[in-house]
Amino acid sequence: MNYMRILKNGLIDENPTFVQLLGMCPTLAVTTSAINGIGMGAATTVVLLGSNLVISSLRKVIPDKIRIPAFVVIIATFVTIIDMFMNAYAYDLYQALGLFIPLIVVNCLILGRAESYSSKNAVLPSAVDGIAMGLGFTLALALLGSVREILGAGSIFGFHLFGEAFKPALVMILPPGAFIVLGLLIAGINVISKKKTA
Amino acid sequence: MGLFSIFIGAALVNNYVLSRFLGICPFLGVSTKVATSLGMGIAVTFVMTLASIITHLVQVAVLENFGIEYLQTIAFILIIAALVQFVEMFLKKSSPSLYEALGVYLPLITTNCAVLGLAIINVTEGYDIIETIVNSLGAAIGFTIAIVLFAGIRERLETADVPEPLKGFPIALITAGLMSIAFLGFAGLAL
Repeated sequence: MNYMRILKNGLIDENPTFVQLLGMCPTLAVTTSAINGIGMGAATTVVLLGSNLVISSLRKVIPDKIRIPAFVVIIATFVTIIDMFMNAYAYDLYQALGLFIPLIVVNCLILGRAESYSSKNAVLPSAVDGIAMGLGFTLALALLGSVREILGAGSIFGFHLFGEAFKPALVMILPPGAFIVLGLLIAGINVISKKKTA
Repeated sequence: MGLFSIFIGAALVNNYVLSRFLGICPFLGVSTKVATSLGMGIAVTFVMTLASIITHLVQVAVLENFGIEYLQTIAFILIIAALVQFVEMFLKKSSPSLYEALGVYLPLITTNCAVLGLAIINVTEGYDIIETIVNSLGAAIGFTIAIVLFAGIRERLETADVPEPLKGFPIALITAGLMSIAFLGFAGLAL
């Protein structure tokens, strides 16, 4: 039951993107299509799971004063692993995400979880927390990517939805679309959550 | 490519914040007042230029020299973190007034992905040391322009009548989107 709560916390109550507003750079940059969003989310989830596991198991060893550099090195190690892994086994995705794979290191979501959760909790809850937050992040990126792909290219997962007559709003897959769609999505979530509490 | 077009390209055409999405966290976080955002911009300019020079030297002298380019991410993030820490201590001793002005923003820069992103872009584009410096200055000035303009708009938004669900973060994002559309216009520059 406890683990279910952590899972729900990461997916909905404290969703990293829509509620905590963490890790905005990759969120905005890679969500030009649903598949890129999911790829980025999956890569981040793996790094988050790995770093949460290692940091929580080392939490009594790492001296408090140098914890931030220590966390960053641990995170960077996992990022390097996933970077090489994707280069070898998912080359198309690797090309599409490009610069933003090494930049997972500075995703404030990961350092944020290290600082606020896994450095204070046991290994198993930390692992569940990593998966939950990662899935919440993936969910948000997939949603944003789907909306932008439908509006900007008229397709979803590369599958065309509308006929020839449909003129996609190209601006939605250009940078401005990222800001505008995310702004409207968060506004929509605000409306829904207000109705729920009212 | 000439140095001038590298500079304009980094500052306006491919603005690091509005079209490359680097450095969004400080862009959204520290942009409620024009004065503070200018301070952040100056601090970022300082660190970005210094960091890209050092990462460039490390890339050439150490990583490529020994064939260990795969350690790039780890090496660069450590360099940036150490550099920020060092700059902070150096300024505290040598120039207390500048430290007072930049102090609060310096630690925040370690997690500014624009700094790491810029260092990696400089390497992948294959810039030499002069081009690296010009590109970094352009990127940093572009960041400063974007964050100061954005803060100016947000100061005005404070008093605007925004619909309830859009208040705060959503309207800021939509504002950034409109600014980004404006910056798309620079893509037409023939350099």
